[in-house]
Amino acid sequence: MHSDRTLLALAVLAVIGLAAAWLAPSWTVSFATLALAKSIVIIGLIVLMRAALVPFGQALFYGAGAYTTALLVRIAGIQDALLLVSLSLLVCGLLAFALGFIMSRYREIFFAMLSLSFSMILYGVLVKNAELGGTDGFTVTTPTFFGNKVDVATARRLLFALAVLLSLGSAALIHIFLRSPMGALAEAIRDNEIRVEYLGTSVRRAIHIKFTLAGALAGLGGGLAALSVGHVSPEMTYWTTSGELVFTAILGGTGSVLAPLLGAFVFESVATLAIQYAPHFWQMMIGVVLLVVILFLAGGLWSLVQRKKTV
Amino acid sequence: MRITFRHALLAGALCAMAGGALAQETMRVGIVTFITGPGAGPFGIPARDAAQIIIEAINAGSLPAPYNSKGIGGAQVEMILVDEAGPATQVVQEYRNLVERRNVDAVVGYVSSGNCLGVAPVAEELKKLTVFFDCGTPRIFEESPKQFVFRTAAHAVMDNVAAARYILQRTPNLKSYAGINQNYAWGQDSWRDFTLAMQALRPGSKVTTEQWPKLMAGQFNSEISALLLSNADVVHTSLWGGDLESFIVQASGRQLEKKSKVLHTAGEQIMFRMADKIPNGTIMGARGPYGVFARDNELNRWFQVQYRAKAGVPPIYAAYHMANGLFGLKAAADKAMKAAGKRPTQDQIIKAFEGLEFEAPGLTVRMALSKGHQAVTETAIGTYQYDPATKTGKLVDVVRYPAECVNPPDGVDSISWLKGGMKGAKCQ
Amino acid sequence: MQLAATIILDGFVYAAWLFIVAVGLTLVFGVMKILNVAHGQFYSIGAYATASLVGLWFAQGLAPVGAYLMMVVAALLSGLIVGFVLERFILRYIYGRDEVVGALATYAVFLILEDAVRLSWGTGAFLAPQPRELLGISSLGELTISNYDLFLIAVAIVVGLLFWWGLNRTRLGRLLRAVIHDREMAQAFGVNVNKMFTITFIIGGILGALGGALTAPVISVSPGIGVEVIVLAFAVVVIGGMGSVGGALIGALIVGVARAMAVHLAPNLELFVIYAVMAAVLAFRPFGLFAPAGARKI
Repeated sequence: MHSDRTLLALAVLAVIGLAAAWLAPSWTVSFATLALAKSIVIIGLIVLMRAALVPFGQALFYGAGAYTTALLVRIAGIQDALLLVSLSLLVCGLLAFALGFIMSRYREIFFAMLSLSFSMILYGVLVKNAELGGTDGFTVTTPTFFGNKVDVATARRLLFALAVLLSLGSAALIHIFLRSPMGALAEAIRDNEIRVEYLGTSVRRAIHIKFTLAGALAGLGGGLAALSVGHVSPEMTYWTTSGELVFTAILGGTGSVLAPLLGAFVFESVATLAIQYAPHFWQMMIGVVLLVVILFLAGGLWSLVQRKKTV
Repeated sequence: MRITFRHALLAGALCAMAGGALAQETMRVGIVTFITGPGAGPFGIPARDAAQIIIEAINAGSLPAPYNSKGIGGAQVEMILVDEAGPATQVVQEYRNLVERRNVDAVVGYVSSGNCLGVAPVAEELKKLTVFFDCGTPRIFEESPKQFVFRTAAHAVMDNVAAARYILQRTPNLKSYAGINQNYAWGQDSWRDFTLAMQALRPGSKVTTEQWPKLMAGQFNSEISALLLSNADVVHTSLWGGDLESFIVQASGRQLEKKSKVLHTAGEQIMFRMADKIPNGTIMGARGPYGVFARDNELNRWFQVQYRAKAGVPPIYAAYHMANGLFGLKAAADKAMKAAGKRPTQDQIIKAFEGLEFEAPGLTVRMALSKGHQAVTETAIGTYQYDPATKTGKLVDVVRYPAECVNPPDGVDSISWLKGGMKGAKCQ
Repeated sequence: MQLAATIILDGFVYAAWLFIVAVGLTLVFGVMKILNVAHGQFYSIGAYATASLVGLWFAQGLAPVGAYLMMVVAALLSGLIVGFVLERFILRYIYGRDEVVGALATYAVFLILEDAVRLSWGTGAFLAPQPRELLGISSLGELTISNYDLFLIAVAIVVGLLFWWGLNRTRLGRLLRAVIHDREMAQAFGVNVNKMFTITFIIGGILGALGGALTAPVISVSPGIGVEVIVLAFAVVVIGGMGSVGGALIGALIVGVARAMAVHLAPNLELFVIYAVMAAVLAFRPFGLFAPAGARKI
């Protein structure tokens, strides 16, 4: 009963996470919120990656989600956290749906590079937009919660709680989706697309749905990241951000919807530890960790957990 | 099993990070600047070296007066160095780590304007005294006033206003100008400020071409062709680091200086490294009266000697900016201690910092704008001259501009000031 | 007239540079199916090695012409050493896995080498302008041009011809083409694919390093120069068709001329040009302009 165990684990994590939102020391709060926000993007990524589609431009939706939230605060004056991130999800879902008509025609490296060029075009637009601060970006003010204005420290903790619920909720929904016939097609597409077509299913339609889902989740993650960091800049759509997201996905593994959570936390921890203890060569440390995972843990960190389970 | 394993791993990671207990006898100062990446060579490393020299001297009490007391506000300083490289989200997170986990008492840092804009609201949220030492954008205090954030260097509007004044003084018949600036906020803002100042000072002068190479493009072949064909009287650039050096090599290789005067608002940073490569007649600024522009005061003599001893080269403006930041912090804390009669609290230091006037190597810094949180300084611009005999370059025809001539008055935001024709500027 | 001639010249100079940088990448992808993100570091190491060797050469007061020899030596050494080490100790262990694994492994290598380069050469910048200055300048109407830029075009043509000759007229080239077309089939016919991979990766590395070596006299060699190069080279390779050398040439020309047009006619669009061209080409030719035909497996 694999599915039950994953959902059970998610429920337990939700309880732990919500408790942590109140009890954790304050410095962990925004660290964890950002990691959870990124894990939502990666949960979307693994839907695509299971079908052997790796976008090098997922930062398009991550950045678009962040800017959607930031602009709604700045221009429309919307302040409610849940409403903001929901709108980010919606906007990016629609954007991904529109681009999906094109993207679903592409595979492999061309899929990767086309998504990269879309993200870089958005990057260019943002860089050129002086009203939005160009590359410097602009500040996102602290949100309210269900109409309640709270002090900043409480807002951080509420945001953390929201991130816990949204990331674990996304994980649960994607888990259910991946077990559905449409979701399960991913591995079949990965193995042999032509066979899937012979079975009478439209591969393009399946990919379109997955791409839309991944885009929407990336938008949600981006919106949360904008609120958590309190600042948005075009860098969020740059190709290195996409690279980091794919990196984190591989680090965690694609074997389970829990893997992105593991990957995101480990990545953020490694990055912050490397910067603290090896300020002169922290990139090298990150590179070494990634290389070790790729060479020795084909299934990502999650395969360690899997192995433990079967013992 | 899975859950416990994941948590064990997480807990391990978190515990490892929780090092560094609060030490009250010392003042922990976070120094954040580029140690890696393209910003390290021209800014980060000079700033880091300056910080190490100054903090060592502060702790030893070996600085010239008025800084000859030991420590900052009576406390020995512990320097915690953090790399500024990485995406803004990460830089903001590292700032939080510095304050919340590594328990610093103050932060002096940030070269990139984007990072300053990202960090400023967090500094306010965490209520931590934070001194920006180098970043240029005027937006930091103009968008919203800050309580815990100070900037001890003038903002970049000054550089471009002074550049416009200088170029018009030296080129009375100027009719046209062109620009080549990196395609990101620093380059865009520099060009905007320069063109606004030019419109105010010489209405009717024309822009022949504006070029926007990508940051770190390195290759300016087509851009230089466009500049050569545009025949402008002056070419304005705000390039820095590798791009600045590459541009000088490529432009002088194709004799751009024979067609147009070239003006580098941040050129001073490479005048020692590229002494024999910079064409004579190149106009250069140093983002303030720093380096070769620095006035002769005791602090400057001390700084020049100490920096050369450590780094082997003369200090450039990024090193001076760092000096401003640390001397400002020390001046404020010492003043607060004098008033309180004991080790000052953060609030007392902040109160002393607001509107403070303090000595730094080669200049006097006045925290005159934005409720005393933003510095103004005089500035200077000069023309490059290479001396083949000594194999060094110097700046001649140096013109100094008082702070009131090139900075907006308090309470007026930079863009409106520029657009309104720089009203209230006092240049004599 | 002046403007048109300038655009074409600038476009060709940029295209020459792009071609030299991208051709190694497309070869490695064609043969090994690895998208080598670390290619940018070959470029950067080639540039640093050139700056060091050229500086050393002139410090000895040797004949200036030898500086060009130093550039070639720097490219060969960097490509050979780094290429061999990477292929033998890292890439060898990921053959047969997904393409994305190759891209990520080389991305990790990229991060490691970025810091390794900085730790070896420091954060300061290096200049090696002599090879460029030696060639002097000439003029095209109102324009002063550097002869070194024309030299770059010549080198690109030579590299292109060598490639054509190597792939079509030598035994090694025929074997490589067999591997490009169908690796499993080639293996079945007794081609030592592993050896092919080592050779290919080293040649790719040398070409990347050559790109850096040729650029060193034009730029300030400083940390981070390898980053932008990767995306540019990827764009060229994707536009031309992954694994097609002729495609890389056409891709470089299209991007080069498009960029020169943007700089001269609409400088604000410079930032978008490459990605717009890439998106437009992929919209009409989903596998790039000259994608080598692959076997369809059912």
